[in-house]
Order: sequence, then C-alpha cells, then structure tokens
Amino acid sequence: MKSYDIVIVGGGPAGLAAAASAKENGIDSILILERDRELGGILNQCIHNGFGLHTFKEELTGPEYAGRFIEKVEDLGIEYMLNTMVMDISTDKVVTAMNREEGLFEIQAKAIILAMGCRERPRGALNTPGYRPAGIFSAGTAQRLVNMEGYLPGREVVILGSGDIGLIMARRMTIEGAKVKLVAELMPYSGGLKRNIVQCLDDFNIPLKLSHTVVDIDGKDRVKGITLAQVDERNKPIPGTEEYIPCDTLLLSCGLIPENELSRGLGIDMEAVTNGPIVNESLETSAEGVFACGNVLHVHDLVDFVSEEAAMAGKNAVRYIKEARNEEVARIDMVPTDGVRYTVPKYIRLEKMEDTLTVRFRVGGVYKNCYISTYFDGERVMKRKRPVVAPGEMEEIKLSKAKLAEYPNLKTITVKIEEA
Amino acid sequence: MYDVIIIGGGVSGAASARELSRYKVNVCLLEKEHDVCCGTTKANSAIVHAGYDAANGSLMAKLNVRGNEMMEQLSKELDFPFKRNGSLVICRDEEDMPNLQALYERGVQNGVKDLRIISREELVEMEPNITDDAVAALYAPTGGIVCPFNLNIALAENANVNGVEFKFNTEVIDIKKVDDHFEIQTNNGVYEAKCIVNAAGVYADKLHNMVSENKIHITPRRGDYCLLDKTAGGHVSKTIFALPGKYGKGILVTPTVHGNLLIGPTAIDIEDKEGINTTAEGLQEVISKAGASVKNIPMRQVITSFAGLRAHEDGHEFIIGEVEDCEGFFDCAGIESPGLSSAPAIGEMVANILKEKMGLEEKEDFIATRKGVLDPEELSLEERKQLIKENPAYGNIICRCEMVTEGEIIDAIKRPLGATSLDGVKRRTRAGMGRCQSGFCAPRTMEILARELGVDMSEITKSGKGSEIIVGTNKDRL
Amino acid sequence: MEKRELICIGCPLGCMLTVELEGAEVVNVTGNTCPRGKTYAEKEVTNPTRIVTSSVKVSGGDRVSVACKTKNDIPKGKIFDVARALKDVVVEAPVCIGDVLLENVADTGVEIVATSTAKRK
Repeated sequence: MKSYDIVIVGGGPAGLAAAASAKENGIDSILILERDRELGGILNQCIHNGFGLHTFKEELTGPEYAGRFIEKVEDLGIEYMLNTMVMDISTDKVVTAMNREEGLFEIQAKAIILAMGCRERPRGALNTPGYRPAGIFSAGTAQRLVNMEGYLPGREVVILGSGDIGLIMARRMTIEGAKVKLVAELMPYSGGLKRNIVQCLDDFNIPLKLSHTVVDIDGKDRVKGITLAQVDERNKPIPGTEEYIPCDTLLLSCGLIPENELSRGLGIDMEAVTNGPIVNESLETSAEGVFACGNVLHVHDLVDFVSEEAAMAGKNAVRYIKEARNEEVARIDMVPTDGVRYTVPKYIRLEKMEDTLTVRFRVGGVYKNCYISTYFDGERVMKRKRPVVAPGEMEEIKLSKAKLAEYPNLKTITVKIEEA
Repeated sequence: MYDVIIIGGGVSGAASARELSRYKVNVCLLEKEHDVCCGTTKANSAIVHAGYDAANGSLMAKLNVRGNEMMEQLSKELDFPFKRNGSLVICRDEEDMPNLQALYERGVQNGVKDLRIISREELVEMEPNITDDAVAALYAPTGGIVCPFNLNIALAENANVNGVEFKFNTEVIDIKKVDDHFEIQTNNGVYEAKCIVNAAGVYADKLHNMVSENKIHITPRRGDYCLLDKTAGGHVSKTIFALPGKYGKGILVTPTVHGNLLIGPTAIDIEDKEGINTTAEGLQEVISKAGASVKNIPMRQVITSFAGLRAHEDGHEFIIGEVEDCEGFFDCAGIESPGLSSAPAIGEMVANILKEKMGLEEKEDFIATRKGVLDPEELSLEERKQLIKENPAYGNIICRCEMVTEGEIIDAIKRPLGATSLDGVKRRTRAGMGRCQSGFCAPRTMEILARELGVDMSEITKSGKGSEIIVGTNKDRL
Repeated sequence: MEKRELICIGCPLGCMLTVELEGAEVVNVTGNTCPRGKTYAEKEVTNPTRIVTSSVKVSGGDRVSVACKTKNDIPKGKIFDVARALKDVVVEAPVCIGDVLLENVADTGVEIVATSTAKRK
C-alpha cells in the first residue's frame, strides 16, 4: 500500500491552498486526489472576474485564480493524481481511490484534509411543481456547458434564485446571445453581491423579481414556459399573482450543499446548519487527524477566504503529524444565536489555538445598523458596528489567545447580532 | 407481415413480447416513444404487491398473486433488482380494525401466503418510525419492491435477443382489419400483422375503440410522488400502506430497491393522457399524508418529485383477451395497480392466449436469461480491480452520487435496445438519479452518448426527439 | 440639471445614490454612506466601464475553448461589440494564461487575453 503523510481529497482552491501550506510548513509527503481532469475545481468554470481581491490585491477570473495556486503546487513539487475518485476513507485513514490507470487502490495517510467542495441544490429540493422536460438546468451545469464547452443550453431563459451563480449566469448567457427574461428570488432580498446585481442584471436590463418563485413548469419535451408568482411573508405563493412567462430554459440557482458523502461514511459528526463537519479551532473534525476546509466545511462567499481557511487546515495537519497527541483538553463551545446561524469552528481548545483565530459565520437575515457582539460566558467582550450584514456575505470575528487566557474558566463564547 | 404486433413498450407489452418470444412466431413491438419504459411503467410506486387488495375472484387478484410468485425467479433469470421486503397496512384507529380484518380475509382468499395481523408492539419493533397512533397492522411478508425500469428493460432486451423486433418513435395512427389481417398505420409507414396485442397503457382505449364497437374508456389517474435521498432510505424497511378508513385513502411510504425513500401517490383523475405534471396541491398532499403513517420523514432530503399516470379503466379490472367483435385483436388494457406486480403473469397470460389461438410451438433455442448492466459495486475488490485492468472505463466514475462508471454507461448504450438518451442511460444505470439529479454528470454523459452513438452533442436528448438538451453554440446568433 | 439614480456596489448596504449632473459634470452625490459611494457614482455616470469575460474556440487543443477577458475595462456600451468580435475567433493550441488572443477588440484599444490554458492535443 502506498503511504503519504497527508492525503488531500479534492484539488480545487481549498485542496490546493491546503497542500501548499502543508508543504511550506515542513511536510513533503503530500498527495492531492482530484476527480476532474484538471486541478482548480469549480473555479475552472467560473470564468468571470472578481476573484482574489483579498489574496492578490487584483481582480482575477476563476481559472486565473486557480492557476496561481496550481503553479504554486507545481513549483513546490507536490504530487497529485487527476481523474481519480476517492471511494472511501476508513477510520484508520486508509483512503480507497479509483482511476482508469491504477484501478482501485489504497493509500495510508497520517492526516487527511477533506476539500471536496459543494454541489448545487437540485430542483427536487425546491419541490417545484410541473413537468420535467429538457431545459431545466442547475446554474452550475449551464455554466459548465457554456463556459467550458461552448454550448448554449437555451435561448430564452428564466433564472430562479439570485445567488451569485444565478446572477453571473444571467450575464454570461446574455453575452453569449441568449435572452434572459428575468431572475426570480423567493426571498425579499438577493443572496448575491450588490455588484453582481448591478453588473449582471441592471447592465442588461434584466428584471430581478424579489419575493417571487416559479410555481409551475410547462412543456412536455422541452420547457415552453414557467408560471411565476409572488410569495407572501411565509414564502407561500399568493393566488392571483401568477404570470406565465414563455421561455425554453429554467436555470436554478437555489443554494449550495457541502459534498460530505465521504465524511458521513467516515462517521464524522456533522453540523446541521452548514451540512459540513463540526470542527475545532484547528479545523479538525471529530475524526482525529481528519481536517476539513473550504466549501465542504461551509459554503463560502469569496474564494479568498477558502484559500485562507485551507492554509490553516494544511498548517494544522502538519502540526498534528509533528506534535504528540494530547489527551483530553478543556474545550470552549462557540454558541451562535440571535441572527448568527452557525460558527466555524464550533469549539476551541485553548492549548491548541494560534495567537489569533478567525471565527467565520453567516447571519440569517438582513440586519442594518447592528453590532456583531461577542460574549465570553455572560460578559460582552467585543462589539463591532456594521452598517449592514446579510446572509449572502460571510462574517467573521477574530479571537485572541491572550484575551481568552484572561478567562481561565471560560465555557462558552456567544456570537450574536444586536441592535446598535 | 408479422404474426403478432404488440403496441406499447411498457412493462405489459415487454412482458408479452418476452413470453411470446419463447415460441416460433414473428413478433414486432411498436413504441411511440424513443425507448421502452416511457409511460406508466416509468413512474409508479415500484411495488410488488402481495395481492390482498384486489377483489376476490378478479383477474387483478389472480394475476397479482401469480406475478408476485413469479417475480423472484424472473429477477434471477433477467438480472433486475427485486427485494421481498414485506409490506404493512397500518391501522390507526380501533374502529377501523374490522376493515383490517376484512383485508386480511380477502388476502387469504386471494391466496396470499403468510399474511397476519400484528400488534402495535410487534409493529414498532419492525418499524420504529411508525406513527404513534398506529394500533395494529396487516403484515404481508411476500410484498416486495422492484426496479420498474430494469424490469421493463430486461423483459424487452430478452425479447429482442429472442427475435422480437422493436420499432421506436412509431406511433399508431389507425388500425384497419383487412381480410384476415390488420393494417396498422403509423407515423413511420404501414405495418401488417395477423394479430395485435394492445398494450398501449393510457392509450389502450383509443386503440381498442378503433376496431371495436364495444367501447372502453380509460381515465389517466395521476399520482404525484416525492423521492428522497438514500440517506433517508432506511427510515422504513418495509412498504408502509395506510388502511383506507376514516382518514381517506392513504399515501404509501417505502424504501426503493436502490435504497431511496419514496412517498406517494395521489390519485387525481385527469383528461390529458400526457399530463405527467406534478401540482403544488398534489405534492402538498403527498407530504402531509405520508406523515400519517410514518413519523419524522426527513422532507429536506427530497431530491426529486414526479407524477405518473395509471391507466384506470371504468370497470377497474384488467382487460386481457381477444376483443369479441374483432378477431385477432387482443387487449391488454386497464393495467393499473397491481399492474407492475402482475406483469410477469400478464405476459404469460397473453402468450398463452396467443399460443392457443395461433397454435404456436416452442422454440428450442429460447434464451431464458439475460445479464443486466454490470454493477462493479457488486463485485469483490479483487474482481473489480481485474475488471478495471481489462476495461479501464470501469475505473472512471461519471455519476458521483450513484457512483456510476463510464464502463456501465457504455454498456447501457451498446447493449440490445441500448440507451439513446440521458433518461435512457439513467434508467439503465442510475447515472443522474442521485442527489444532485445529474447536475455534475449530465454534460459528461452527453459526451459519452455523442461519442458512442456517433452523433453531434446537439442531437443528444433528455428523452427523445424534441427534448434536445442544448440549443446552439455560444454567440451563434450574435 | 439632470438627476440619476444608482445603486452603489461597494458593499451589501447597496446605498441608493442620487447624482446631480450639469451637462457631463457631476455637481453633487447624495445617498452615499461612505466616500466610496461618491467615487463610484462619479465614475459610473461619466464613464461607466466593465471588464468583459467570455470564451473563444480553440483548435488542436485538449479542450474546445479557452476563457478570455478584456485586459482592461472597456466602455460599458461596447460589451456586445466585444462579444461579437470574439464570435469567429479560433486560436491555435497551446494557449497560456495571459496570451494575447486579439488586439484592439472592437476598436476599444484593449487586448483580449486568455484566462485559462489549453495544451496541444
């Protein structure tokens, strides 16, 4: 059986950054397993610009951003295998993988980094009634067809869901010659960036219908039209507001779900809100020596944060291999409440914590003029004023180890949104 | 001129074709869609009923029990997934116990084996997620679940291997009796046959009425379903029916033979014979009623919803046999539930009738078995390694959710009556049937289809002509 | 005096900006909560520009197309001219990120550069 110190499952932005960081932190024996035919993951099909402002201080397209990390991984001489599917991970860290050349094979790892990314929520999850003809695509599938293969999946398009992928595809389809009739969003606000609403919709006079959803899909062989309806505050369609929109294509951009089949197979404890593994301050899952980062852990808004988080996972995996394991250590639980939906990490072991720790989370609604407050047990120790926070954007707080050390019996750290 | 033309490539038509192919007879099957299994057979509960439901003495009862008995052996011969998981009819009210008892007695009369009424305690032991107000249940260990696609496809493939011709995209427009034979006018020319088997599902009344003065009427009865992810597949182990009673007719909750959880159907009579659209009300009914028999169904795990049509004949009975006023025209009509369960017996009955009528002789070289698409997951580790060495396509995963390899997809395309569309590949291999609902694999499956069929990507369809997936290339109209 | 309404793209707040113009000159911006709003509004009403991203066909490569972008901003009104100019472009593999695929696209003076790679088949 082959063996590596660190096996990284996934060669997208998370896997690449984790690999580079592990190497830079002193481990040479690293293998990246990538299921696609090239490194870079989903960034390869995200050919729009806007990536990397935090990391590189310039605006890159997806493949360019991936390219920089691929170059780094190549320069560092890190091994990777393409077209290789990980089939199973055992609790003693044996990774079973498969490809055309080597068939089914096993690799023993000392540490494993999960970086499988996420997938799109399918129509079924929305329970949209109607027919099931050709012409219904998830936005990501359409993105792959248009951006990587040069095929137009439709000429007259309705997009359901105003997350960034939906908005971006509205512009891409338009530039390639399709007519995007409208973008419908169930919620009263868009899940996408303002910048994308302006530059992907307004630039092309594409209407954004907030508090609207698709209530029927027409067409037996190919989509012929959809019925759009307004929804009430409980997101239920309001009778009488139905409008038939002729179109040949419906793109669905209704959220992303971390792809955790392997994690579940491994018996890792999962967080119900994120659909990702529960991790500690080292981004280590409930399976010792198995780390998670990127969209498999929680869906990110910006790839820059994926890279940053993955670098931490890589560094921590190295530390796990190099340092002696220690027994039970006291843990401080993170408690998200009052508008904060979850936190990553979910708990902190003070002994293992770096000098500062970034805690990332998302909020459950749009809050204007608010504080992001942090409580150590009952005491508010930090508050940061924010003109607005919204579910579409990831938020963070930074905890300092020195500060935590001042509270020797600290049990919980609560993060909440408060009125300013 | 064919001896027999079967109209309809659903499970009844395919079963009839397969059973007829045992004999020295020249058979052709006409199907209006691009593949078999495109009508009623593709969207139903995928249940092999035990047989306690149908009225005593009915053809439905007889063929259900017989079909159920045959299914296991057939699944081995033709290599399709079938599991005898048992079924339960849940009684939620002491007042309804006489109805449960009546159902039991009907089942015994119909010849259903091993039926018994079980207490709440035993029921909870069997199914911990059963509703808290269940008081007792009828337990039928012979109840089963089957893959309706592969049952239908297996029967058709085996018939084809044994000489039955299949004509797809061939829709019957009119039928005329000329002297001692029939002229069947289709969108693809005229076919001639001595005998016709009418297995046209929801259209069987239309065909019947072309040749007979004794009109029949079939109502498409729509059923909406929700399919849940495999992570929810273990929520129940048996097929759970609700006892019809003061809560009305219930919704079933069942594992599928592939490990998903299926809930449904509704029963809504419609006019449109192609009306397989789900409705908000229908889906809502499924979701709310499923909870009546089974608690805590994880509805967030729904991966798709769909609707199917039952071919409900006004008399609610299978109509199988020669039409009185049209010699040589054999109906196989009104095949609604338990039609899937009865399919092997229906095929047997149709073939027997034609054998008598035409004096058919058995072939010596009938091939009774068929191998399905090889599923590498059923192999041992060593066998699987060897397989990939011999054919590297089995080392290339295309559908991540269902772990379907390129090798399986190529097999599905290349075999007799092979897949020509995304749905065709899906029904034969499950590629695209998982939790991402083909989001990842559709473009890659399309590539493989285009390559193996030697056609352009633009010709690849979801389910036959008119359902092309892509409509052009970038900037082609700029 | 002309008034124009804009949504600021600086942050999720999405301030509704009102820009007052005297001819082509911005005289006042209101509705912004921070200085970035003013800068954005001034640029957006006087000279709105965009990066255009798309793809072009590749011949002889390990893939059928490569992604590309305008190397710099182009006037917003020329987005479709740029797209049309790319319609019949076919580039020969190999292509590397940063390769110039087309000069002076649609008379904007801006180059089209590759943003993904294609190796020779």
